[in-house]
Amino acid sequence: MAGAKEIRTQIGSIKNTSKITKAMEMVAASKMRKAQNRMAATRPYAEKMRKVIGHLFHAHPEYKHTFMIEREVKRVGYIIVSSDRGLCGGLNNNLFRKLVKELKEHRDAGTEVEFCTIGNKALGFFGRFGGNIVSQATHLGDMPHIEDLIGTVKVMLDAYAEGKIDRIYIAYNSFVNTMTQSPTFEQLVPIPSTMEEELKHHWDYIYEPDSKEVLDNLLGRYVESLVYQAVVENGACEQSARMVAMKSASDNAKNLIDELQLIYNKARQAAITQEISEIVGGAAAV
Amino acid sequence: MAMTIHVDIVSAEGEIFSGVAEMVYAPAVMGEVGIAPRHTPLVTQLKPGEVRVDTGSGKDIQHFYVSGGILEIQPHVVTVLADTAIRAADLDEAAAQEAKRRAEEAMADRSAEFEYAKAQSELAEAVAQLRAIERIRKGKRG
Repeated sequence: MAGAKEIRTQIGSIKNTSKITKAMEMVAASKMRKAQNRMAATRPYAEKMRKVIGHLFHAHPEYKHTFMIEREVKRVGYIIVSSDRGLCGGLNNNLFRKLVKELKEHRDAGTEVEFCTIGNKALGFFGRFGGNIVSQATHLGDMPHIEDLIGTVKVMLDAYAEGKIDRIYIAYNSFVNTMTQSPTFEQLVPIPSTMEEELKHHWDYIYEPDSKEVLDNLLGRYVESLVYQAVVENGACEQSARMVAMKSASDNAKNLIDELQLIYNKARQAAITQEISEIVGGAAAV
Repeated sequence: MAMTIHVDIVSAEGEIFSGVAEMVYAPAVMGEVGIAPRHTPLVTQLKPGEVRVDTGSGKDIQHFYVSGGILEIQPHVVTVLADTAIRAADLDEAAAQEAKRRAEEAMADRSAEFEYAKAQSELAEAVAQLRAIERIRKGKRG
């Protein structure tokens, strides 16, 4: 039987760990609520933006923006949204694993890939993975601001406008519910033409000052808002994944402690029994 | 019954206003535009300033400060995609003054072309904020 003292210290250390995981669980739970609210708050903007872009596809702008034109794909760009910190279960790894599978297909097809990483984890992973990281943003905190992302996204969009990249995807975890987050890939630009609905009649907007400037501005903002939404959603995913991971860690710790406590009690009992029988035996011998 | 137009004002960080109005005024880059119901479709950029929503029927005109953005007009819907739009009444005048002072300081120190351009836009924003606050004050007194 292992020494009672060793078991006692082991129980002590597990107890300490479980205190930490319990605290992290509670912190994550409260942050999750906030992150979910933020996610809900950003939704109207994204919806309106989508509507306006939808109208634009309805209309017939005399100026075709590069974001609206499909071209042959030789190089693709990926904007990868991840968390800054770990201890959130398989959240980042699931995303990366699915992404690596996609990347392999690109490699087999002979297309080159460039990355733009948001969050520490993606930066670390794709740094090791051996890709070309053109831009990155880390330490966005719990309250990401769109200003923090504009620069990062612009690098990608500029590369697209210059023809260095022919297609840009975004990879992030979309929030299904507290227990489920699903890794999602979406095509950012060229803007998927599935948004084109049936055309009712021929019309166009009046553009002020002119269509080129307005469209440049609008489509840039559209992409930014999509990326921003992805970041906010990924933030909510991170917190809920962490909460679940920490909850299961606390539960495991509790089970371990129960088991060890049982072993400890048995060992203690055995020691006492042995001592008594020794005393009794000794007394009988006298 | 007077004709109305639906107005949505949203920013990336939340919804600001949604409702019907008789008239909407917005600071477009080429000058202020007034939008009545059944306006022709139009898209334009906004410059820092205030968006006024006249809800009609003798109610107050509502003011919203925007620091730029996009305005989209459909015959019955006006959408303002604001960069930052906070309720004008909530604007902190001290903060606006501070921003203006900082911007002016930076203007005086034209060390870099980039900083000058940034400062100029900051100044334009601060001035627009102050104007919005003044107008609200006058409206309250009057």
